[in-house]
Amino acid sequence: MSASLEKGIHALKEQVDSTVAAFFSSCVHCGMCADACLFYTETGEPERMPINKVEPLRRIWKSEYTLLGRIGKLFGLTKKVDDKLLTEWETLVYDSCTLCGRCSMVCPVGNDIALMIRKTREGMAVAGHAPEGLIGATTRAITIGSPMGVKLPALQAQIRHVEESTGKTIPVDVEGAEYMLLLSSMEIMNFPEFIEAVSKIFDRAGVSWTISTEAFEATNSGIQIGVSDLAAELVQRIVDAAEKLKVKTVISPECGHAYMAIRWEGPNLVGKPFSFKVRHILEVLNELREQGKLEISSRETQKLTYHDPCQISRRGGVINEPRSLLDMVADNFVEMPDTGKMNWCCGAGGGVSSNERADEIRLKVFQRKKEQLDAIKPDAIVSACSNCRLNLEDALEEYNMDIPLLSLTEMLADHLAD
Amino acid sequence: MSDRKNTAQADLTLGEVLRKRGISRRSFLKFCAATASMMAMPPSMVPAIAAALEKARRPSVIWLSFQECTGCTESLTRSHSTTIESLIFDHISLDYHHTLQAAAGTHAEAARIASMEENFGKYLLIVDGSIPMGNPGYSTIAGVSNHDMLMETAKGAAAVIAVGTCAAYGGIPHADPNPTGAVSVGDLIKDKPIINVPGCPPIPVVITGVLTHFLTFGELPELDHIGRPMAFYGKSIHDRCYRRPFYDKGLFAETFDDEGAKKGWCLYKLGCKGPTTYNACATTKWNDGTSFPIEAGHPCLGCSEPDFWDGGGFYKALSMPTENITQNIIYAAAGAAAAGVAVGALNRAKKSKAQATHQKVKLEDLNK
Amino acid sequence: MSEIEFLDWVRGPGFQIAAVIFVAGVIIRILEILMLGRKKNLAEARGSEMLGGLRTIVTRSMHDKATFQRSAFTIVSGYIFHTGLLLSIFFFAPHILMFKEVFGLSWPSLPTPVIDALAVISIIALLTIIARRMSNKVMRFLNTPGDYLAWLLTITPLVTGYMAFHRIGLPAPTLLAIHILSVEILLVLFPFTKLMHAFTLFMARWYNGAISGYRGVAS
Ligand code: SF4
Ligand code: SF4
Ligand code: SF4
Repeated sequence: MSASLEKGIHALKEQVDSTVAAFFSSCVHCGMCADACLFYTETGEPERMPINKVEPLRRIWKSEYTLLGRIGKLFGLTKKVDDKLLTEWETLVYDSCTLCGRCSMVCPVGNDIALMIRKTREGMAVAGHAPEGLIGATTRAITIGSPMGVKLPALQAQIRHVEESTGKTIPVDVEGAEYMLLLSSMEIMNFPEFIEAVSKIFDRAGVSWTISTEAFEATNSGIQIGVSDLAAELVQRIVDAAEKLKVKTVISPECGHAYMAIRWEGPNLVGKPFSFKVRHILEVLNELREQGKLEISSRETQKLTYHDPCQISRRGGVINEPRSLLDMVADNFVEMPDTGKMNWCCGAGGGVSSNERADEIRLKVFQRKKEQLDAIKPDAIVSACSNCRLNLEDALEEYNMDIPLLSLTEMLADHLAD
Repeated sequence: MSDRKNTAQADLTLGEVLRKRGISRRSFLKFCAATASMMAMPPSMVPAIAAALEKARRPSVIWLSFQECTGCTESLTRSHSTTIESLIFDHISLDYHHTLQAAAGTHAEAARIASMEENFGKYLLIVDGSIPMGNPGYSTIAGVSNHDMLMETAKGAAAVIAVGTCAAYGGIPHADPNPTGAVSVGDLIKDKPIINVPGCPPIPVVITGVLTHFLTFGELPELDHIGRPMAFYGKSIHDRCYRRPFYDKGLFAETFDDEGAKKGWCLYKLGCKGPTTYNACATTKWNDGTSFPIEAGHPCLGCSEPDFWDGGGFYKALSMPTENITQNIIYAAAGAAAAGVAVGALNRAKKSKAQATHQKVKLEDLNK
Repeated sequence: MSEIEFLDWVRGPGFQIAAVIFVAGVIIRILEILMLGRKKNLAEARGSEMLGGLRTIVTRSMHDKATFQRSAFTIVSGYIFHTGLLLSIFFFAPHILMFKEVFGLSWPSLPTPVIDALAVISIIALLTIIARRMSNKVMRFLNTPGDYLAWLLTITPLVTGYMAFHRIGLPAPTLLAIHILSVEILLVLFPFTKLMHAFTLFMARWYNGAISGYRGVAS
């Protein structure tokens, strides 16, 4: 067990780049990011405002990378990063931030605070200040292959169930397939209907696809805990499998941070561009729609709304696709107030859901979502992230709200023309 | 103004002198009223002023000229017509004045000494010109250095009037680099009331106004923080400038011959020092009330202010830096670019080092 | 030192010193930031970094309705104070002359009564801002001495400028000199306080927009 303060400081030093320096130099202490963050708006506790969460990183930037700070350091005038600080900040950096990036959208000087929190976690983790839950998830991801401990036999069993119920074979380890589908453990364990839905749609559209038995897990706890080396290891498994099967495109499933991990951080983590493309399942479905390969025979009539998963919409760029798909299948689609790239987080992303210590605050900040839902009172909520889905179901129950959660992919499959 | 004439008039009051010169009672009162208003006194004071002036005995005045150009004397004596102001000036017993007195050499000096002894404690000392302190030989009169003569003459003076910016604040001789070590009267004399009547030259009416006040009340008028009579120096040129509306509207002459100049727009951009200059030019004007520099199309030079000569160019607007800084800014930018690159390189090196010494994080590294 | 000497000093050597420190400080600070560099993004792009960056530089000055409502006070007071400050700095005729003298560029000015009003508005806005800074929960939490310093450095030239313009309290040359001196103090401390955001905000916005723009999101 070798986490140490020195390692943490060292990691923070590595994280400072021109963006971080520009952001810290620009902050005017206006406080607007507080109003954008559900962890502040729902708790009213100023220490949970976004820019405060990156204080450890700020101290390192100030004392190591600014002229005045360097001089100040000589005279012992700069504020130090120590274990006391990191202990105090643990609950801010991990429990009170979902890396949703909403703060980064409103800061008037343009600070990408979420990015800095992501970077701050790199220091916290190796200093031994990551939450138990996330350490556990990461350990399982690295050693077992899934944060929830899902092993290959479990997947195989689910595949068998699906094959039995649909009568169609799920292509596994097919070399040269066009698409390689990744899954999240949550889908395998909680929502196997997803596999069924994808298989149905792809089959109908005549898409060549496969699932790899060597790399099926899409989630990446390494990113949530903030250890790039471990995250890279997890990404590399997927890269190896995709290259081995010579697929053209890897599909990220209905999971927000999995998309962030493989689509946007992936190549940067492993240090070279991918030889294949990465697409979110909704992007693929929308492409099929555009090509006329996604025909539906019936439509949803109930009042639906769409919950944008932060990492897919605001941080991922998949904003229009779900709406185009919903237009196709839903008669009564209503947007929540604050939607698309300005949507409010469900409160469970960024590793918060794997961190039991954060359960209470996670449910508390859900009030933000509740308010949004109360404003439009939908019959059902559609989303595209199993993590959001699990959390919304849990929280809705907690708040005695009876609104079912639907997966967009599954919904499309349900209305597919025969 | 020979000695003889002085003695002949010695016992006459000002009223008698004026009547002898054929000035009517009416114009005398008009003068008193004008003086009162000029000195910002209520009209109710006019009879008092008239009565006091009527009875005023001619004071003895000694005028010392040091490092000066005689412009101040010129200004005072070059009135175009006989005015009451000039008569008041005539009325005083000017016992010593290089330019105006008939006597010369030892006679002149004797007159000064005589007057000092006769009127000890009562005479007025007027000084124009600054006093060189660098070397007593820079400026002497009858072998006496300016400094010594000033100190000697000031001893018995009731009050000292420093006429002109040189006497009041050092003026042009004092301008950078001040080769003679010129100083003002006020720099040397600390134990006498001093009135500064600065200007290069000062407005004649101001000098007579001050004399009138002294004759009327036997004391000095109210002075501002640098010894100038408030009545004349209480407001800035800019405050009373007739071009002010153009300043407020943002209409400026850009050159001396452009449309703006022809239309009489504000001269700020041409370097006008009106906003920082306290003087009466804009109201009393020059050459018998004909005009004043701004009216003639030239920016105010600020001549009634200390150090006006060092203000960084008469044609540089007040808001402009007085030195040429563009060059230095370019040097600073170049130097800073180099320094910045060095600081940046240090940052880079530190970061590269951090990255180079990166130890691959393993699962064990997550726990303490 | 006579008041005109004081004025001459601030217009001469004082201004030199301030301008040199300001220019050098800003350049060093900017290089110190930029030279840290950042890694090239290896992920397949979904949009343009450059366009995204430039877009955010502009659009970050406008907020969506909900954000505006949430932070109305900050946005409105910030807008008023910045507009008033920038207009009175850059569109007051005497100031333009200064820029012309130093940089050789000039542009039309606003009428002085307009500038006068803008200065008053900015001063009032700044006073409400400090009142809020001292009363609001989040602001109080964030406050550092640097925040008060920056506020002081900003309001002083406005107040002294107003006083110099209206000749309040002291002789005009002294007021003008104090005004110029207050600006010089501002210039000297500028690169080392949060005032630096006036320059770095363009970098920050660009980075923010570039990071998002690369992923196809207009931030
Ligand atoms: S990323 Fe989201 S949760 Fe984290 S600080 Fe910003 S707004 Fe709050
Ligand atoms: S919104 Fe931006 S500038 Fe304002 S306090 Fe937060 S990080 Fe700083
Ligand atoms: S001309 Fe000079 S004194 Fe007159 S308004 Fe313009 S700046 Fe002021």
